[in-house]
Amino acid sequence: MISFETPKPIKNMVMMVQTVAENMMRPVSRHFDDHEHEIPWDYINFMHDSMKQLGSPTGSEPEKKEGADEQKKDRPSIYFQRTAHLVEMLSWGDTGLYLNTPVGMLGTAAVRATGTPEQKKRFLRNILGEKPTLDAMAMTEPHAGSEMPSQTRTTAVRDGDEWVLNGEKIFVTAGHKALVDTEGFVVIWATIDPSAGRAGVRPFVVEAGTPGCSVTKLEHKLGIRASDTATIVLQDCRIPFDNILGSPDVKKKTTKGFKGAMATFDASRPFVAASALGIARAALEFLTEKVGDEGIEIRYGLPRSRMTNLEREIIDMKVMLRSAWLITLKAVWMMDEKIPNNLEASMAKVRAGDVCVKITQRAVELLGPLGYSKEHLLEKWFRDAKINDLYEGTGQINRLIIARRILDYTRHELS
Amino acid sequence: MYSFEPTEEQRMLMDATKRFAEKELQPAAHDADEEREFPISLIEKGWELGVLQASIPEEYGGFGERSAVTGILAGEELGWGDLTAAMAIMAPAMYVIPILVGGTEEQKKSLIPPIIEAEWKPNVAAYVEPRFDFYPLEMTSTATKAGDEYVLQGEKSMVPFAHIAESFLVFASLEGKTQAFVVPSQTEGLVVGERESLLGIQALPTYKLSLNDVRIPAESRIGGEDGFDVQPVIDASNLATAALAVGLSRAAYEYSRDYAKEREAFGGPIAQKQTIAFMLAEMATEIESIRLMVWEAAWKLDAGKDASKTAYLALMGASDMAMMVTDRAVQILGGFGYIREYPTERWMRNGRGIPNFVGLTMV
Ligand SMILES: Cc1cc2nc3c(=O)[nH]c(=O)nc-3n(C[C@H](O)[C@H](O)[C@H](O)COP(=O)(O)OP(=O)(O)OC[C@H]3O[C@@H](n4cnc5c(N)ncnc54)[C@H](O)[C@@H]3O)c2cc1C
Repeated sequence: MISFETPKPIKNMVMMVQTVAENMMRPVSRHFDDHEHEIPWDYINFMHDSMKQLGSPTGSEPEKKEGADEQKKDRPSIYFQRTAHLVEMLSWGDTGLYLNTPVGMLGTAAVRATGTPEQKKRFLRNILGEKPTLDAMAMTEPHAGSEMPSQTRTTAVRDGDEWVLNGEKIFVTAGHKALVDTEGFVVIWATIDPSAGRAGVRPFVVEAGTPGCSVTKLEHKLGIRASDTATIVLQDCRIPFDNILGSPDVKKKTTKGFKGAMATFDASRPFVAASALGIARAALEFLTEKVGDEGIEIRYGLPRSRMTNLEREIIDMKVMLRSAWLITLKAVWMMDEKIPNNLEASMAKVRAGDVCVKITQRAVELLGPLGYSKEHLLEKWFRDAKINDLYEGTGQINRLIIARRILDYTRHELS
Repeated sequence: MYSFEPTEEQRMLMDATKRFAEKELQPAAHDADEEREFPISLIEKGWELGVLQASIPEEYGGFGERSAVTGILAGEELGWGDLTAAMAIMAPAMYVIPILVGGTEEQKKSLIPPIIEAEWKPNVAAYVEPRFDFYPLEMTSTATKAGDEYVLQGEKSMVPFAHIAESFLVFASLEGKTQAFVVPSQTEGLVVGERESLLGIQALPTYKLSLNDVRIPAESRIGGEDGFDVQPVIDASNLATAALAVGLSRAAYEYSRDYAKEREAFGGPIAQKQTIAFMLAEMATEIESIRLMVWEAAWKLDAGKDASKTAYLALMGASDMAMMVTDRAVQILGGFGYIREYPTERWMRNGRGIPNFVGLTMV
């Protein structure tokens, strides 16, 4: 039966996380925007400790325990729905800081999507362990982003019990924190057979401290400055043979590696959407609050001909925000229900990307000097928002994915 | 719990409605629009699907329980078939549901069963007024109490089937509050004007209606002496209109998508050009996300929560969606999109009216 009732456990969590966003994030937002590359240890440690105490109700998916599965069968899972709410609220607090949450991020998502049970256990052991750890996923290279992983130049060559990695990865979110600041890991996409195109591409785990793997650059960005964006260079970087995620059978030229990468994205795109909508909501709330401070009431129910421009704008934004959130919610609900969500994940990403960019841009415009001033965070949210239309597949790439789906085209028929 | 899954029963009604829409409504839509008339036999058939009847409890002659969610799910399918036919079939809803929502027990018992248990009969609402800034909470038609009677004054427009209506539910402002009154068509002072010519929904006969000192007994007021709250009626009408818009947009999207795969230009199907493919991707995304807003508002209404804002926002979104999607559908067909032999220009004309159709239909 169709229902939009937010489950109780999610409501409770959202309330809690809002306190975190208000007290641990907003007050330091400006500071970390002004001090790019400074590490927000307070936030990282706080999140690590509290998530640990809570037995990880939010971040990483609880590992399945033997037998526990059977008992829980009739209770529908809300894990991904809860995570989407968590991400939305943290991003409402501050997107840059949220990207430093040490509960398993993109690297973890890749391990989950492509690793064997043994690998999941081994590589995810440090998450919510003794000390906070971050992880990252490196696909983009200097010469190609959207066309990945087909254009992968980073190579992995087998040498006995080891793989030897060589290449350069750019724009790795939290790359420095995963490899240098904490004992985390990075999932590196590399080719084991450059002549095979995307069929030769596989994910490899490189753990912090591995010789031959270094962070050579940190980018200076328009927004999300609390999150480091790193260049990682691999120079004869040797990793154990079984750090190749999934099947080590490298002889078959299947597109398994590519499918693994895509599965990672189907699973992570709705959360980029959720993050985008957290910013959008923050901006819209700020706008209505400032307008309200001047005693201006936004009236609902009027025909367009009776609205003020401000009413029309705000009502328009409410429609955008809510509709984008609902499609995001549907995409994560499908994950919980184990329904393939490739189409909905990209729809959520496209709409949320558009919506957060539009809402922040318009809010800055409508608030004039207030919107443009660094006295408030709105100008920062305007800068933060845009990344959601770029990473994890640009708006164009996600439109391509949707279009191929609805038109039933292969990537050769539509590119 | 969140769920995006209709119930088994809802699925059955959706499927039956879709089959009817596909077999009966879509093939008839073109000629109906050209001839400005829908065959009454089709309207009767549509009525027999029981979309409205399923919303009325047994004690009032129906066979169900009012569910806005069920209503919008079926409404989308009807709108997908043909917006005009959908509004014709559902025209009595705008008469019946306000009585169900706001009527006294006696009014419900005496007024609803004769409509619900019978064949389709034009008992319709007189709601919209001929002004650019029509707003249901501030109607210019007035009702004044005069002894044991109410006196109605004003001008209405877009009243469907006024020429053959048995009875009208007239909405008018009583001391600043919008109220509804049952007015039999023979009542003195009630003058049905000329049939209107509209940009779209041309097969739906709509009329102007003048209320010149129309005197009706006090019992005609919905809700009796205390009247009723019109807001739930507005909400349910916003929702129904939005659901029809989703259906209409889906039809235009699907048609242009299929066309784009067939039509070739510059060496291949136009769907293989990103400009076209991206338009379609955005249309699909828009429809899916606005549909969920309609669902949410309907769910709120059924759950007894305040649905007014949500339903209003859903209609605002649906109105823009309908224009965006139908305009693009015309564009994707190129010159053919402009030709009346193809359905896209009709969808575009119909789509532009969405915000005006509030008050013509209900869930
Ligand atoms: C702050 C930040 C963090 C990031 N984090 C990560 C990370 O953690 N891991 C990671 O691997 N990458 C990361 N990225 C990289 C990001 O995913 C890429 O930048 C993105 O995929 C686009 O690739 P590109 O920059 O090479 O642009 P290009 O691929 O060069 O694209 C340029 C433009 O062309 C368009 N375009 C490309 N192909 C097509 C096509 N077929 N049809 C239509 N238009 C097309 C694109 O949409 C874009 O507008 C990050 C980037 C940034 C800025």
